[in-house]
Amino acid sequence: MVAPERTGAADPGTARPDDTAPALDAGPGPALAAPSDRTPTNGDTPGPPSAESGRFPGRIGSVEVLAAVLILLIVLRQPLAGLLATPSLATWTTVFVSVMVQAVPFLVFGVLLSAAIAVFVPRSFWARALPRHPALAVPVASAAGVVLPGCECGSVPIAGSLIRRGVTPAAALAFLLAAPAINPIVLTATAVAFPANPEMVVGRAVASLVVAMVMGWLWLRLGRADWIRLPRRPDLDDTSRAKAFWSAVRHDVVHAGGFLVIGAMAAASINVLVPERWLQALADQPALAILALAVLAVLLSICSEADAFVAASLSQFSLTARLAFLVVGPMVDLKLIAMQTGIFGRGFAARFAPTTFVVAVVVAAVTGMVLL
Amino acid sequence: MNRQAQACVLLLLGGAVLRASLTDLYLRYVKEELRPALHRATPADAASDDEHHDDHDGHGHHEPRVAWLLILPALGLLLVAPPALGAYAANQSGTSLAAGKLPEYPPLPDGDPAVITVYDYAVRAVFDKGQSIGDRRVKVTGFTVAGRDGRPVLTRMRLSCCAADGLPTKVALSGNTPAGLADDTWIEVTGRYSSQLGRDPVNDFEIPYLEVESWRQVPAPRDPYE
Repeated sequence: MVAPERTGAADPGTARPDDTAPALDAGPGPALAAPSDRTPTNGDTPGPPSAESGRFPGRIGSVEVLAAVLILLIVLRQPLAGLLATPSLATWTTVFVSVMVQAVPFLVFGVLLSAAIAVFVPRSFWARALPRHPALAVPVASAAGVVLPGCECGSVPIAGSLIRRGVTPAAALAFLLAAPAINPIVLTATAVAFPANPEMVVGRAVASLVVAMVMGWLWLRLGRADWIRLPRRPDLDDTSRAKAFWSAVRHDVVHAGGFLVIGAMAAASINVLVPERWLQALADQPALAILALAVLAVLLSICSEADAFVAASLSQFSLTARLAFLVVGPMVDLKLIAMQTGIFGRGFAARFAPTTFVVAVVVAAVTGMVLL
Repeated sequence: MNRQAQACVLLLLGGAVLRASLTDLYLRYVKEELRPALHRATPADAASDDEHHDDHDGHGHHEPRVAWLLILPALGLLLVAPPALGAYAANQSGTSLAAGKLPEYPPLPDGDPAVITVYDYAVRAVFDKGQSIGDRRVKVTGFTVAGRDGRPVLTRMRLSCCAADGLPTKVALSGNTPAGLADDTWIEVTGRYSSQLGRDPVNDFEIPYLEVESWRQVPAPRDPYE
């Protein structure tokens, strides 16, 4: 529905050309020096010249701008470090950097997987693997989320890739929601964080699965294909599989990573600006408490493998409110909204995130009433 | 941002993360368990920027702009390398003893004093009422945060994944308490269980006390978190 259906477009690669060996300079020196000798203007590009290189030979390209920005920042290093030495800004920087460091491996893992799906898995595979009827594909895709261990940052590009390969969006979105919430690592972490309340693990798994399926079915009834705007990617149809694969990886890391930076900055700001004692006042009112922790989960944007420990520490809140925190967090948070905006488009994120939030809060509240 | 510049940014970010993971710098930001993941991921990140020079450059005009933001974490790591969470973060959140009460507590490690974590002491003091400590001497290491009464509170942050989810464990000090220490000073405290309990103003949770026999200032440990 998003991309025109083609049959037999590709079968699994048999002899994959040897991928380029990762050559990486560990230190900042060589990496910083790199921009200067990679100007886009010196015509080392075979094939038709790109917009930057061909038409304006003397133009300042983004590599030059990048080099200038880097040099400027290195020159201003001392005043910059002084500015960041105040406790609140230092904490902000620490949280920001740590969200990025923590997320980069999961992002790269998700991007590698999504590029592999986009390039090496034939379309016909998904037609065979998922039930033909979309309404049945939704629960199957949700359950498939169990097998993907990892944070939510990786699942956004994977879902984009699935839709691109012809998986019905309802199923891909159900997978997007279920994968970070109910995988074994997350459920184990929840069990460790709540040793006295094993019902939290059951509640989390059940509520998250229900939300993922409800959202999938809602999309089937109400969703419109044109809300999802996947950017056109001619590079994926590249004749060389390895080329297409690495091109997809680079594109997604840069793209999703850029939006991850926005989310990480937002999460760091909340972390520093909102002291926990503000929550204290809300803990005693059951309905408000659920809403407060659901909103907190959105704002804090904690990785789904760690949120159970934070929920456990919010001991002044009811278990139901903390369940809402655990169900909402992996499905809607600032960094996910930023990444969904980047991968699926603004129109999609503006509809999908609030709806998921409402459904997640309602399902968590009902599950809490029944189970906890 | 064109392809070459994207490649530079990715190389910069991959290099910054790899450098942090090859030294102990990464311990300020993430749990030690994440190190293998950092090692595996960054070469892939860097490898993806091998230049293809193929013919469809500059597809999509909005996508490259956001790539500029990736400079920020790379430079944050390379130029600034912010410190581990300290007193400021500890004051933002309430003391956290996530595990709750266990049915039985294992005996303290051998030695006099027994070297344990701040968290271990706090859990045994709050949930076990110090029974598994008895009158043994214990030694704990943490940094100082000024308490309400002016006496320092011994604090250690705990990470579950990364510093965004860091939570403090706080232990108040009585007896021979250190005085005149600035916030974020690392100290090693030897003392005994005290039945006194305080309350954290942030989340109203119990803060146990430790009766201090002796203390000394120490350099920050390799892993600032527990």
